[in-house]
Amino acid sequence: MFEFFKGFGVTFSTMFKKVVTEEYPENFPPAAPRYHGRHQLNRHPDGLEKCVGCELCAWACPADAIYVEGGNNTEEQRFSPGERYGAVYQINYLRCIGCGLCIEACPTRSLTMTNFYEMADDDRQKLIYTKEDLMAPLLAGMEQPPHPMRLGENEQDYYVQGPTLARKNPETDPVGEQVV
Amino acid sequence: MTLTQDSGTDTTPVPEGHVRLTIDDRVVDAPKGELLIRTCERLGIIVPRFCDHPLLDPAGACRQCLVEVEMGGRPMPKPQASCTMTVADGMVVRTQHTSPVADKAQQGVMELLLINHPLDCPICDKGGECPLQNQAMTNGRTESRFIEAKRTFLKPLPISTQVLLDRERCVLCQRCTRFSEQIAGDPFIELLERGSDQQIGVAADKPFQSYFSGNTIQICPVGALTSDAYRFRSRPFDLVSTPGVSEHDSGGAAIRIDTRRGTVLRRLAGNDPEVNEEWIDDRTRFAFRYLSSAGRITRPMVRGADGVLAETSWTEALTAAAEGLTAAREGGIGVLAGGRLTVEDAYAYAKFARVAAGTNDVDFRARPNSAEELDFLAAHVVGQGPEVLSYTRLEAAPAVLCVALEPEEEAPVVFLRLRKAAQKHGQKVFHLGQWTTPAVERTSPETGVASPAAKNNLIPAVPGAEAAVLADLPAHVLEALTGGGVILVGERAAEVPGLYSAVSALAARTGATVGWVPRRAGDRGALEAGAVPTLLPGGRPVADAAARAEVEQAWGLAAGSLPATPGRDTDEILAAAAMGELAALVVGGLDPADLADPAAALAGLREVGFLVSLELHTSAVTELADVVLPVAPDAQRSGSYLNWEGRVRPFGPALDPNGVLPDCRVLDTLAVEMDVDLFTQTPAAAAGELTRLGVRSGTAPAAPAVAASAPQRPGFGQAVLASWRQLVDDGSLSVDEPALAGTARRPVARLNAATAERLGLTEGAPATVRTERGAITLPVALADLPDGVVWLPGNSGESRVRAVLGAGHGDLVGVTA
Repeated sequence: MFEFFKGFGVTFSTMFKKVVTEEYPENFPPAAPRYHGRHQLNRHPDGLEKCVGCELCAWACPADAIYVEGGNNTEEQRFSPGERYGAVYQINYLRCIGCGLCIEACPTRSLTMTNFYEMADDDRQKLIYTKEDLMAPLLAGMEQPPHPMRLGENEQDYYVQGPTLARKNPETDPVGEQVV
Repeated sequence: MTLTQDSGTDTTPVPEGHVRLTIDDRVVDAPKGELLIRTCERLGIIVPRFCDHPLLDPAGACRQCLVEVEMGGRPMPKPQASCTMTVADGMVVRTQHTSPVADKAQQGVMELLLINHPLDCPICDKGGECPLQNQAMTNGRTESRFIEAKRTFLKPLPISTQVLLDRERCVLCQRCTRFSEQIAGDPFIELLERGSDQQIGVAADKPFQSYFSGNTIQICPVGALTSDAYRFRSRPFDLVSTPGVSEHDSGGAAIRIDTRRGTVLRRLAGNDPEVNEEWIDDRTRFAFRYLSSAGRITRPMVRGADGVLAETSWTEALTAAAEGLTAAREGGIGVLAGGRLTVEDAYAYAKFARVAAGTNDVDFRARPNSAEELDFLAAHVVGQGPEVLSYTRLEAAPAVLCVALEPEEEAPVVFLRLRKAAQKHGQKVFHLGQWTTPAVERTSPETGVASPAAKNNLIPAVPGAEAAVLADLPAHVLEALTGGGVILVGERAAEVPGLYSAVSALAARTGATVGWVPRRAGDRGALEAGAVPTLLPGGRPVADAAARAEVEQAWGLAAGSLPATPGRDTDEILAAAAMGELAALVVGGLDPADLADPAAALAGLREVGFLVSLELHTSAVTELADVVLPVAPDAQRSGSYLNWEGRVRPFGPALDPNGVLPDCRVLDTLAVEMDVDLFTQTPAAAAGELTRLGVRSGTAPAAPAVAASAPQRPGFGQAVLASWRQLVDDGSLSVDEPALAGTARRPVARLNAATAERLGLTEGAPATVRTERGAITLPVALADLPDGVVWLPGNSGESRVRAVLGAGHGDLVGVTA
């Protein structure tokens, strides 16, 4: 007899507790700051790409989700500081398991993850994100490559002065991006 | 090698010519003179190294292979480089595995090498397959104590259009300079400066224009030398490697084909000690974009009623081809196979001609040819394998005579062997030619005498007079050839009447072995497969009834059904086609511009009633063809070549073979449409049948005896033309390779100073060589040619000798300033 009231007691008391249900998609809560969401290919403060097409992300990927082809920068067509840039960059989100090993492998901190997670689609082809989908947006002071190096004589300047430049313009710092 | 763990009780005697030493507490017997690092390798002990290469002389340049050595109970004061020290009796060696001293020394050297090495592995083409990267992980310190700024250079520095030098990455191991000096013999690349400024470089006005420059990229143990064609294209872990065989020349070099997602990205030298050792030429290495060139034909095409070639289905194209050929059977069908076929394909052409077309009018020779050549090949070449003459025997021969063969341009792997033999074994290499080419110079013996006459190994001959010169060789050449010498004769001998006969006579006189080194990869295989007018497969003479009966039995034909009259050769087939004596032609890879008379060849192709072309690329033939059937390139099929030795060089597909058909299958299906079965559905089936057929029994036919021709006498304003093709030129398989084309030798017109003066030419200024058909203008370069002779490259840039001049080796041409 007492068990009967005890059972209903649980139900009754829940009515006064805070609900855990998320009202998605009407209510769009941001994920945790370090959630492993969609990738992003970052830019230097002048808009040049940080990716050098080294394929270390593809090498690190346990799910074989990343495909990269390198390219040769020329004086006329410069996409990144230095000799090499990522000419083709694809991430297959049908395969990606969001482990973040690619982020750890990236030697230039070009590849980071945003916390954007709405990537469901009804077409498998659309889930292979190409370079255009993954490149970080052009912020103030950035210029769409190809263009010459604006922040120094050579690529060393970009990396040596990197921290200073990032502090000057914190918006371009790729750490802890939030997509709202 | 013997290994004994317990050294104390080992009483077995040391074998003759060996010494007994201890390495890492293991007792080992090693042949005298062996380098320590090799003995370690045999024991499975890998000592880190950069400069050491088994095929190069020891240098001790990088100091990475330091080990601790004890001689006669006394330790040597400092660690020793194991790549330069030879084994000695009673030596006690401790490598990094057992000696903290050696280990620390190696780590110190590694730290030193890495001081100026940039940390750009992520963008370096060598990253992932880099000995420096790997050995820095296994034998280096975890951290560098060097905090100062690294030495920097401008990078990359193009030292030729193909090879890029990154001096920052260089560890000065000198593998590249030693290769150029010792193996290729064209040291365009050298160590410059001293001390911390020491660097690899080239002379300001002389780029790295070696035909073998690609090998330096492959043996560079760091990423200091990279190729323009492969720059940033992929990473080692992306690549799928397939062993292959060079399709560019008759050397049969082993290669490695690296592909990524259906594209060939690079080719490397394979390691075949019997054939190419570890070296290949740049054309074999870099010329492969013909696979994806714009001219590739991928769909069958049929010429419609409107006269336009239109893509169609295989079924329709094969039906159209079969109908046309069946109708033409009465009028006669000629088969021109081309010189780039695998053995299996050539066999299919040979069988197609005999069985489906019912004729012996089949010839693989897409170049100037002669009946004398066929007799020579039947007498000396057919059925001979590497047991008669191989690279190894060639290297061991005391003397070699090259006739109508410019080895570096036409058979680069053979050239490397000749040079090795000349350098290492004192082989005497004579060249019957026109001028002291780089190959002649580099195969000359090292006499230590500076005067060029002392090491002169050129036997000069006016074009056309080669046969006469061969019949009257200097005594020292005859003497050298007599004791087991070798005569290498090239396909160009067909351009000089009597030359093959003279070679044959010389071989009989001196007892020298004869080797035939054609330029194209398929020539030798096509000869064995019977794609010639006078020979059936296995070198069986067409005219021999017993030989025909053998083949009829093997092919399951009724007795007497094989045509008994010898067929016509390439030129005669095309002439007959032009005259309307042949109703149809089946043409493989053939370029009319390669033939003795390109205009006559084109006329034949144009006038023939029905033309079927099996091709990779659009060409002069496909433009005239009624039916064009695409065939598979080597990368997408299996098959085998016979190289000049007669060695079978099989290869498998490197790319997906689906959707493309090899020649043998296309011909088989075409024959089935014509109601005949060739049983060459797959290369394996064709090869199996050819093997079962075997070679002819009985003795070889008599060698040809054609009288030596007399050379032309140049009149006023004239010269005798000498010509051959350069390795890197405008060949159809070298398309779409701008970086490779940039390393080609500059086309020049060569003549001697006296002739230049007589003709009013000055060095460097343009000269115009003309016939009634056309003219070629090239800058003049002086060389030691005979008087009244002008040399032009065969197919380089403007200098397309046959196509423009309609003349060839030995013909008279007008030369003006």
